[in-house]
Amino acid sequence: MSARVTFNTDRCKGCELCTTVCPKHIVVMDESVVNRKGYHPATVKEMELCIGCASCAKMCPDSVITVEKF
Amino acid sequence: MAKELWKGNEAIAEAAIRAGCDCYFGYPITPQSEVPEYMSAHMPKHGRIFVQAESELAAINMVYGAAGCGMRAMTSSSSPGISLKQEGISYLIGSEIPAVIVNCMRGGPGLGTIQPGQSDYYQATRGGGNGDYRTVVLSPANIQEAVDYVQEAFDIADQYRNPVMVVMDGMIGQMMEPIEWREIPKRNLPSKDSWATTGRKGRAEHNTLNSLYIEPELCDVHNQNLSRKFAEMEKNEVRWEEIRCDDAEIVITAYGTPARIALTAIEVLRSEGIKVGLFRPITLWPFPEKALHELAGKDHVKAILDVEMSSTGQMIDDIRLGVEGQKPISFLGRAGGVIPTVEEMVEAVKNTLKEVQ
Amino acid sequence: MAIVYEKSKGLTDVEMHYCPGCHHGIIHKLVAESLVELGLLDEAIGVCPVGCSVFAFKYFSCDMQEAAHGRAPAVATGIKRTHPNQAVFTYQGDGDLASIGAGEIVHAAMRGEKFTTIFINNAIYGMTGGQMAPTTLIGQKASTCPTGRTVEQAGMPIRVSEMLATLDGCVYAERVCVTDMANLNKAKRAIKKAFEKQMRNEGFTFVEVLSTCPTNWGMTPLKANEWLKNEMAAYYPLGVIKDISAEVK
Repeated sequence: MSARVTFNTDRCKGCELCTTVCPKHIVVMDESVVNRKGYHPATVKEMELCIGCASCAKMCPDSVITVEKF
Repeated sequence: MAKELWKGNEAIAEAAIRAGCDCYFGYPITPQSEVPEYMSAHMPKHGRIFVQAESELAAINMVYGAAGCGMRAMTSSSSPGISLKQEGISYLIGSEIPAVIVNCMRGGPGLGTIQPGQSDYYQATRGGGNGDYRTVVLSPANIQEAVDYVQEAFDIADQYRNPVMVVMDGMIGQMMEPIEWREIPKRNLPSKDSWATTGRKGRAEHNTLNSLYIEPELCDVHNQNLSRKFAEMEKNEVRWEEIRCDDAEIVITAYGTPARIALTAIEVLRSEGIKVGLFRPITLWPFPEKALHELAGKDHVKAILDVEMSSTGQMIDDIRLGVEGQKPISFLGRAGGVIPTVEEMVEAVKNTLKEVQ
Repeated sequence: MAIVYEKSKGLTDVEMHYCPGCHHGIIHKLVAESLVELGLLDEAIGVCPVGCSVFAFKYFSCDMQEAAHGRAPAVATGIKRTHPNQAVFTYQGDGDLASIGAGEIVHAAMRGEKFTTIFINNAIYGMTGGQMAPTTLIGQKASTCPTGRTVEQAGMPIRVSEMLATLDGCVYAERVCVTDMANLNKAKRAIKKAFEKQMRNEGFTFVEVLSTCPTNWGMTPLKANEWLKNEMAAYYPLGVIKDISAEVK
């Protein structure tokens, strides 16, 4: 794992915009979770594939996403 | 200090500069255009800002922006233009931004006339914009007062974080009179640092100016806070003048130019043995209601004659509220730029006296 | 471990009220990031409009004023004239800027006021519930044109950037969008460039950002992105409309 994406899950509004910009297609909506706002929040299941490009974070209208690189 | 001969509109512009007005935003309209003209020539000389706005609406909002940064800002206009500024005045009050607004009043409604009028009394004292609000409204009856009040208006505005209006009929703006530049008593004014949007510059919190309180409870609190401020103004700022009222049987109530004319009418009537006095509100808001109530309650006062440059009478509502039915009230009103004459006032006083005898 | 991306210091931690997928949040970030990266945050004074971004004063961490509907360019004029060395911007929607505030924006541009306007064009009134805007497309449905805007009833939509570009005081006008990473990066470059030109006292700078309103368009955020690219961008072409310094070069 060379990068980590963390989501401020309770602030996610489930708009899915982040899922459209991931070059690795690893950002997905977590249908197993309903957050405080009542949405399925975005998540990354296969973190080891993340390249830390931060596209998802840049696209997120609600600044939910932080990206770190090792 | 030596007296100088000044035209009203130019004098108030100079008064604003002397009061430390940092910026002036205006738009031409008769009979106040000499104010922006004077400002355009003189503000740059002092390193201050003059902008001729595209409309009165824009001008008052430029005032909002600049005064919101803690600048001393002023705009002026005449009746129809002041109508356009009402939105901005409401927002200034909602966001608690101090500013000075001069209305050099002309006759209405609509375009009305370019000649002097006093038909914006309701607009100034009741608020032509939306929401519960008040502004201190100073009303000079001569150019000396005009320059004094304009200078003081900046301090009053800063003291309460609320706009102040100086309302004068076009006559005061257009005529020339000798005045002297007097020292205006300085007030102990609060700092603007806690709210002025000057850029954070290291401040821990950002300053924001806003009149939107979408939560009803918060908007109620905001309104209650404003009301307390208005109550303070009411307590501290009320001003009026009583002339020869000590034994008056008839009290003329008038402000601005009609109040000056009343002085001559009083001389004429007194020379005929008729006891007349003048009650002149100087602040139209807060209105000197208690003082008028007290005066009207005196035994020697038989009746009140309200004189205004307004066909329907506007201040007369406040006169009625002050007099509270203690004495009869009659009315002399001329509108459309017609100024009530001494003769008309003398006759109106005599008629009023007849009615009560 | 190094942070590659986190919420900009140009934004407060207040949760934004915008609907899911609304581009306002993205554009706020671009403005905030630009101010931070240019070292202007501490100096900046912003003016927000009436409309969906009426609460922007809570979200930007610089000093902010909330203006009356449409009057932001006049408010910003008052600020910039008295603070000529500080970064001043207005953030306005299409109802605010292109309709009720059409006079204020034209005259601010005409005077060459040295502030930056970020114009959010989503072709509809969002805050009031989806009424027709001057930028609503022909055929587009809105709550005050329920069968779609017609030329007969409302005329053709206004292209504000092109209109302002005719004024000599406007030195820079660019239309961008944030539907994908390439466009988002372009949008950020445009916003930064506008601020840079402002700080060089070049004149009035204007960035129009085509934006979605999934809620009032009645689309999912992803569908709304497609509609923006296919329909809106066809009528409102993306790109630099005017850049005086570029022309001089």
